[in-house]
Amino acid sequence: MNEENPGVEMFRQDIYIFKGGKSAASMRKDVKEMAEFGKKILNGEALLSAEEEGYYGRGIRKQVWLDPPVTAADRAVDMLLKKLNGQPFKTELPIPPKDNVPIAPPIKDLSKATIAIVTSGGIVPVDNPDKIQSASATRWGRYNVSGMERLESGVFKTIHAGFDPAVANQNPNVIVPLDALRAYEKEGKIGKLHEYFYSTVGTGTTQAEAARMAKEIIVHLKEGNVDGVILVST
Amino acid sequence: MVKEIERAGIPVVQMANLVPVAKSVGSNKIVPTFSIPYPLGDPSRTEEEQWKLRYHRVGVALDALTVDVKEQTVFKVSI
Repeated sequence: MNEENPGVEMFRQDIYIFKGGKSAASMRKDVKEMAEFGKKILNGEALLSAEEEGYYGRGIRKQVWLDPPVTAADRAVDMLLKKLNGQPFKTELPIPPKDNVPIAPPIKDLSKATIAIVTSGGIVPVDNPDKIQSASATRWGRYNVSGMERLESGVFKTIHAGFDPAVANQNPNVIVPLDALRAYEKEGKIGKLHEYFYSTVGTGTTQAEAARMAKEIIVHLKEGNVDGVILVST
Repeated sequence: MVKEIERAGIPVVQMANLVPVAKSVGSNKIVPTFSIPYPLGDPSRTEEEQWKLRYHRVGVALDALTVDVKEQTVFKVSI
């Protein structure tokens, strides 16, 4: 699996997951490495560390005697001296950086709040004016829905390459629920629906590109005094 | 994208079908959707029934924006 595949974080501790390329184009090479490793296990050969074999570390620590032996105390001091002298050193145990985002404070009064829809489901006007890619997207668009009660078929469609678009093209509200949100706006459950919805395509899109696009979208959300967002994924 | 929006201090609810994926990536408020190609629809049901599903689940998501959670939470839907 590629390092951005969610399966890596979910299961790396339970099974051997080999590092893979960005697309199926590298499968031939990736599968060969898996097969070589499989043969080693079947032949009862000594297995090297995760890094040496090419799979994601499982967090299992195996004690290894260095030859010639160097005590942990010596290795620690050597590492510290290198660090103090600005020399390159290699940690024996990499700690993965945590990226937990603090939970944003909840909306106090929904009836006064401005709500916006963001989607990775690729809903765009039928001519796709922003030329958003159907996979591995690097572009996003914002579309004005002022005065619209719902998204109409033939006016909006989905360009997402990851699923059969037939149902969404026939009723785009199944991905961007404008009709439901307008109803709630009329009832006063929410104060106001933001004039635009924001859209891109999620399939094959890297986390780095998605984060960048989100940052650009956030500028508009803030300008529009948006109090809360519903993000619909497909 | 959800994390960036939350990092900017805007409360956000993700409506997604693959809940374990949303969780592992770090979404804090999740409302399950009906499917991947039609998150808030179901072509095997009537328009009226689909509307009820959509209206209900979007309502759950809006309410979730007002809830104070201390950890990742998946909100329950009944239709």
